[in-house]
Amino acid sequence: MSLPTTLALVGVLTAWLDIDLLVLGHLFEFVIPNAVLNTLGLVVCVAIVTSLIAVISAWLTTVCDFPGRAFFSWALILPMAIPGYVMAFALVGALEYTGSFQTYLRESISSSLILPDIYSFGGVVLALSLTLYPYTYLLVRNAFQTQGKQSLEVGQSLGLSVRQSFWRVSLPQARPWIVGGSLLVMMETLADFGTVAVFNYDTLTTTIYKSWFGLFSFQSALQIASLLLLFVIVVSLLEAQSRHKQRFTNARNTVQARSRILLPSKQAYLACAFCGVIFFIGFMLPIGQLLLWAIPHLSLGLTDQFWRYMLGSFSLSLLAMTIITVFALLLAFAARTQNSYLANWSVKISTLGYALPGTVLAVGLLAPIAAIDHYLARFGFAAPILQGSIVVMLLAYSVRFMAVAFSPIENNLLRVTPSIDAASRSLSVSGLSMLWRVHFPMIRVGVLTAMVLVFVDVMKELPITLMTRPFGFNTLAVRIYELSSEGLWQRAALPALAIVLVGLIPVVILILRADKVQQ
Amino acid sequence: MRTNQLKASLRYLLATIVAGLLAACTADQDVEEATQAANTDHLSEPIVVYSSRKQHLIEPVFEQFTQQTGITVEYTTDKAGVLIERIKIEGQNTPADLLITVDAGNLGYAAAEGIFQAINSAVINETVAPHLRDEQDLWTGLSLRARTIVYSTERVKPDDLSTYQGLGESQWQGRLCLRTSKKVYNQSLVAMLIAEQGEVKAEQTVAAWIANLAISPTSNDTKVMQAIAAGQCDVGIVNTYYFGRLEAKNPDLPLALFWPNQSEAENSGVHVNVSGAGILKYSNNPDQARRLLEWLATEQAQALFAGLNKEYPVISHGAIDPQVSAWGAFKQSPLALSKAFQLQPAAVKLMDRVSYK
Repeated sequence: MSLPTTLALVGVLTAWLDIDLLVLGHLFEFVIPNAVLNTLGLVVCVAIVTSLIAVISAWLTTVCDFPGRAFFSWALILPMAIPGYVMAFALVGALEYTGSFQTYLRESISSSLILPDIYSFGGVVLALSLTLYPYTYLLVRNAFQTQGKQSLEVGQSLGLSVRQSFWRVSLPQARPWIVGGSLLVMMETLADFGTVAVFNYDTLTTTIYKSWFGLFSFQSALQIASLLLLFVIVVSLLEAQSRHKQRFTNARNTVQARSRILLPSKQAYLACAFCGVIFFIGFMLPIGQLLLWAIPHLSLGLTDQFWRYMLGSFSLSLLAMTIITVFALLLAFAARTQNSYLANWSVKISTLGYALPGTVLAVGLLAPIAAIDHYLARFGFAAPILQGSIVVMLLAYSVRFMAVAFSPIENNLLRVTPSIDAASRSLSVSGLSMLWRVHFPMIRVGVLTAMVLVFVDVMKELPITLMTRPFGFNTLAVRIYELSSEGLWQRAALPALAIVLVGLIPVVILILRADKVQQ
Repeated sequence: MRTNQLKASLRYLLATIVAGLLAACTADQDVEEATQAANTDHLSEPIVVYSSRKQHLIEPVFEQFTQQTGITVEYTTDKAGVLIERIKIEGQNTPADLLITVDAGNLGYAAAEGIFQAINSAVINETVAPHLRDEQDLWTGLSLRARTIVYSTERVKPDDLSTYQGLGESQWQGRLCLRTSKKVYNQSLVAMLIAEQGEVKAEQTVAAWIANLAISPTSNDTKVMQAIAAGQCDVGIVNTYYFGRLEAKNPDLPLALFWPNQSEAENSGVHVNVSGAGILKYSNNPDQARRLLEWLATEQAQALFAGLNKEYPVISHGAIDPQVSAWGAFKQSPLALSKAFQLQPAAVKLMDRVSYK
């Protein structure tokens, strides 16, 4: 599974064989120092903000009880279905000086009411955090749910208050989930182009595009991309180091319906307000803005083609979700059973594809595929065979999103004690049959989480889809990109709403299902 | 029994996927078959186009071409730089015949990367003005866009405006809005300034603009105009078709266009750029591709191709959309657009040096 990723990475690294000093010299003098600082600042702040939102809201909705808890428990996942750049242009459309929401505030409340400038560092962090916190939220929610009642009860019997049991029992136990989610968030932030572009915020990724599209130096673009990879490798090594000595198994995996902590009224209002604010800015506001744009153009947008894009997006995401989840399961299982150097490294490499800007990864993957096509052409096959086929599309998605599916599955496998493997082997159930019959039922929630994440991510994916789609095959994401990049937000709003809607259906189904499995 | 349940849901999942994909694809085939059936007497291989011009701007044009000639056009869209890289990687196996892209810089880059062959068309040479074509005949412009000054009719007297360079004067202190330097339109505008007055003077001009900015550079042209309308600034630089869209939606906006650098004495004019195309070196079908290009240079096709985006035709007698012609005639910069590619990297670096974000 790590082979295609390796090929793409090798492609990126071979760029160093030929250095264009004129371009690289200029970039290092005028652009890169600032871009590195900006990137670092952004990654750190987005990681902190998303973790805060995710951990607090996951704790409130799984362990505590307050009015609206059941609703927020799944509603807080919804912002995830909004692609980052859609969130950005919808937020900007509502909150900038000439935006709908700010204009409304000025006209109906007070003309001196001016919101802080959305075109700022804070604005970028806000937009990215709102689309990305659900990744961590889903994982951490899963952690709190599987933690088992016993550990909390032990805490309470030792006289810990609600707050103390959060800090001393739940939080430390949920650490791998928080770190795993944050790692996904950081990789996504590093690779992001669409969101930062709306704010004209310079990062390493925008520098890659500058040298490629502005300075016409693809080589230098790849060289900066390898800088980006360095970032990721350092972060993921740190993560691996930090949890090296810890094991997170749970004595009993059978979690009974938990008796939640009923919050006293003042705290309950606070909890409700906290979740409500996040849900308002992260979902209601952008969706409201999209509706404002979409409704006047409804008749223009609801064409046969539109329904076909919707169907294309949906079935493609479903197919990719199935395949990638299976790959990730096998990968996680292999890493667990073959605790070897090779297995560990192939896992590391397979999950790196998430951190590369999609466009760079897409081009990196195209080279080996085209090479195979060239090779086949020599034997008389009509070229191109692979290119433009759905196989290549799925392969490319697997490379990009392996990390997303892998993280929740791996974390749940950590909860299965090694003694279970031993017991299973002693009953001569081993290999794949052990994965299927013993592990799978125990990690079902992790698998469901992986499926949701991959489904929504594929739905939103753009650069790989653009490059590898067969002629005439379009998705909603492609449509949004085409319209919004021409400045036609009003017309882009309808497919944007559709992507959210289609993305939501499986999210809600799977979440409800996961909660049922949990009980 | 758990396993059985799971198997059932897996089967269900698979069926949904297959049905969905089939439906998504067959619908496409229906359209193709219908167009082919309509023109059964002209059956021939489709022309394959890679385009960075977006679907909604090219699809109606191709449909009309197919209707008239019976030749089908298959196309895919992506960013220009990505498509060029893709064509290079695909090499001789590329399915594409034609690359349509926006901006002369991209066309020049594609030509320099050696992915085009000479167009060799008397029709194109005759109808399209020379400064809108490649000197080596590797690409031709297909529609013309003008990048000009937009101002607030409430707070600016047009007499105060003169040239692009003039926007650096102190009277515009805190009154200017610009789009980001990352957009190719600004890169080629600055490339023109470099070509006209040299790098040192161009750098002074751009630095003076930056000193006059009212708000930090915006992410697109429409935001520039919205900021002027909302009173955040008074003047800006935009492509005319963005103005056209805004004007069509809201004719009462207190905004107007101004054509700069019109003085007869100067070897200058309004900055123009093109969307254009070239035939690929490894096209399997160069004759058909040429035919499509020549058709695109006809008056009728030009009216559609340029009109869809409120741009100007590249042929001298092409009909101009009434809304567009109401903005008045102007003198174009006579600079050959193939210069844009050579000077664009210099322009990008210049803008980085003066911290134009």
